[in-house]
Amino acid sequence: MTNFSPLTSFAGGMLIGLAAVLLMAFHGRIFGATGILSGLIRGGDMRDWSLRAALLAGMVLAPGLVLLGTGNWPALEVPVSMTAIIGGGLLVGIGVSYGGGCTSGHGVCGNARFSRRSITATLSFMATAFLTVYVTRHLIGG
Amino acid sequence: MRLLSALLIGLIFGIGIATSGMINPAKVLNFFDIAGNWDPSLAFVMGGALAVAIPGYRLVLVRKAPRFEPKFQLPDTKLIDVKLVSGSGLFGIGWGIAGFCPGGALPALGTLRPEALAFVASMILGLFIARGLKALAARSPQSA
Repeated sequence: MTNFSPLTSFAGGMLIGLAAVLLMAFHGRIFGATGILSGLIRGGDMRDWSLRAALLAGMVLAPGLVLLGTGNWPALEVPVSMTAIIGGGLLVGIGVSYGGGCTSGHGVCGNARFSRRSITATLSFMATAFLTVYVTRHLIGG
Repeated sequence: MRLLSALLIGLIFGIGIATSGMINPAKVLNFFDIAGNWDPSLAFVMGGALAVAIPGYRLVLVRKAPRFEPKFQLPDTKLIDVKLVSGSGLFGIGWGIAGFCPGGALPALGTLRPEALAFVASMILGLFIARGLKALAARSPQSA
């Protein structure tokens, strides 16, 4: 059970949008978690690599900063098995590679530019995520 | 300055992910569970992000160049194909199984929770598998 949190979710969403706008304004890039991670493991140009490494470092430091600021770790509860985490992670990795992005790259940045490609991708991954949870929680499990 | 700027932008993104609830698989999965304990919060995350990013991009992209680079790098492909739709569909299945998406899982690494580490490790393996499959497909011209 999680509680409906429209205000903090909206405020957190605004920060995500702000990060996307700032990355475009200062570095001329789309903020996509997929692109950042796949660029890091690909290597290549050192200037691009260091930018992605700095973005990742900032992201990883965030929960610790939340702990310092509020005295609590951000809520993180995992209601599925480790097998589901690993299997899901594999599918996410393969899927975002072929799909060319995820919730941040397509869902926020691409949709904010009204890219038809990103709108299509977003509709596709939202639809299958809703379906998957319906199947795992109401048809198989419960 | 360039890398410090990127670090701070990553930090803003991560704090947004943490406070919005995107870092929390329980909340993500409840968003997708309309038939169960539905928690619609994550629609507000997307709403908040777009409320800033739509006007923000408008303002930024009329400028000549970003602060630290000679030009903006925007995706130039407009192609809507089977790869885009099926890849994104596969991502959604994995997201619905695990409750983490890449943008949620990377900041979650900072909590040192084993589930976050395992998810990112298997996602990296998935990226390598996809790269191998693409290289294989490029070598055999008959396959789609």
